[in-house]
Amino acid sequence: MRRTHKIVGSQTFETTGAVHPAPHQSKEETAMKAMRTAPWTLAAVAAALLAAGCSSVKLDETKPPVETARPTQVQPGAGGTSAGTSQSQVTPVDLTKNTAAQQGNLPRVVYFDYDSFVVKEEFRPTLDAHARQLAANKQRKIAIEGHTDERGGREYNLALGQKRAEAVAKSLALLGASETQLEAVSFGKERPAAQGSDEAAWAKNRRAELVAR
Amino acid sequence: MLKRRQFSAAAGLLLCTPAWSQFRVEISGVGATQVPIAIARFRDEDRAGQAVSAIVRADLERSGLFRGVDAPAVLDETAQPAMTEWRGRAADALVGGSVSRLADGRFDVRFKLWDVVKGVELGGQSNAVAADDLRLAAHRIADYVYERLTGEKGVFSTRIAYVTRGGGRYTLRVADADGEGGQVALNSPEPIISPAWSPDGRELAYVSFEKQKAVVYAQEVASGKRREIANFRGSNSAPAWSPDGQSLAMTLSREGGSQLYLMGRQGDAPRRLTNSSAIDTEPVFSPDGRSIYFVSDRGGSPQVYRMPAGGGNAERVTFTGNYNISPAISPDGRVLAYISRQGGAFRLYTMDLGGSGSAQAITDTSDDESPSFAPNGRLLIYATRAGGRDVLMTTTLDGKIKARLVSTTADVREPMWGPFGR
Repeated sequence: MRRTHKIVGSQTFETTGAVHPAPHQSKEETAMKAMRTAPWTLAAVAAALLAAGCSSVKLDETKPPVETARPTQVQPGAGGTSAGTSQSQVTPVDLTKNTAAQQGNLPRVVYFDYDSFVVKEEFRPTLDAHARQLAANKQRKIAIEGHTDERGGREYNLALGQKRAEAVAKSLALLGASETQLEAVSFGKERPAAQGSDEAAWAKNRRAELVAR
Repeated sequence: MLKRRQFSAAAGLLLCTPAWSQFRVEISGVGATQVPIAIARFRDEDRAGQAVSAIVRADLERSGLFRGVDAPAVLDETAQPAMTEWRGRAADALVGGSVSRLADGRFDVRFKLWDVVKGVELGGQSNAVAADDLRLAAHRIADYVYERLTGEKGVFSTRIAYVTRGGGRYTLRVADADGEGGQVALNSPEPIISPAWSPDGRELAYVSFEKQKAVVYAQEVASGKRREIANFRGSNSAPAWSPDGQSLAMTLSREGGSQLYLMGRQGDAPRRLTNSSAIDTEPVFSPDGRSIYFVSDRGGSPQVYRMPAGGGNAERVTFTGNYNISPAISPDGRVLAYISRQGGAFRLYTMDLGGSGSAQAITDTSDDESPSFAPNGRLLIYATRAGGRDVLMTTTLDGKIKARLVSTTADVREPMWGPFGR
């Protein structure tokens, strides 16, 4: 999937030659822009893909970049009848952000390798931040919910998820949280974050979530 | 179009009642010795709303020991069947009967069983039941026939429990052993797993996530009255009743790690049974109550172990493969059924505990889960996936006869076969 997008991106640059990727933009973003600015590029991309013999590329795999290009920022006043405000303006209210704010805007998911309960080094900073917040406010309590991917038995997965949750709880305690603030529980494979039976979905499901109680 | 509709309407009248057309048991495989048996349509069964004879036939076929022989016409228990004619149809046994509505609204279900080869009556019964229990009456006929012809108790009038998932809901259901006539025991927006029948068949213990964690409950099936058995810090799961029904073994993480505990039937006096730094879970009692089989990854991978029911030294039972889980023990204690992962496929295995210790896969599916023995030890029920859905199957212990149980829409999983005695 990801590799396909890169191919689309590079093919686009070669075909149009006019778009120079800005350093902060990903190739995908650049590709989207290219598609917006030059609709005929799509045809060129398709032709290039065909020429490259990419017969396995499905049509729907080129869709996401086109779809994500839709929420273009509307300039205030542009096309509006009354002066100043646009009739098309939408100001988002994001309740998930509020919830995140309660948890200090910290990432709250830790991912694991297959059949493993080892907390990977890359999640230490996240857990350290959570532990410091818990240490600063002893009234706060959280549950650490362990999860697994769909493979294997429900009860064994429940135990494996428990082991993951306990590993995270142990890390938090070592980093300064009090054990009375933490409860490690497990949902096993019963509450997947992502549907699907491939490694991409499984990797998203092997996790522990930190949830306010 | 019109012609075709007329034809199917006529065929429907001729061949089956509406109930028959809803009845679907897909049976595959051939057993070595199957008794060919004809179950004629019972007189007036089409007025009762349940295809009694079809239920009896499907029950017997699912057992793997019988093969249904088509019967051309209605035959009631008072008939004098022409044995030569039935021998000509290659039937060794024959069942006929009737369903009569009584003045009080109940139905009198009568039948007779004949030995076609010897040309003699083997017996019959009359059973007056409420309309709700017509399926039960049919299952009892199948039990009678099964016991008369095999010498063993039938399990067709027993019940199973299972969990369905659909429309964002989880539902614990209790149904006839053929998966039909399901009734709701518990409806929840959160997952339900691991139902376990009490030995007297009156209660179900199970794990519910309704409190955002795994908590073990027990529920009286008839009254719906439920109580919390284990809600300790951490997860509470995998309940298993002792054969005397007085205690439950389960997995608790209250002291860190998933470990086995034994507690009273009210959730009292939890006592720790295992002391390992590994996962210990899925306990199940041996039928004599002396041992507990369970799953542990203390050796590096999940395997089935056995220890004394009071705790103590555990010995490893499974050795082939590196992922063996979900043990179930046959009622005679001689066969272990479990799920083994072999090359990425999770398959139902049986192992001879008597001596040889030989194990064999008895399915060719790849997502098998949760085996449970029928109380006569002749069939296993288990969950697997087919057509993108979770389904329930029954199989003979040699894997030769399998039947897919009816499921209308939802995913069906976590089957547990109830005891004798309804």
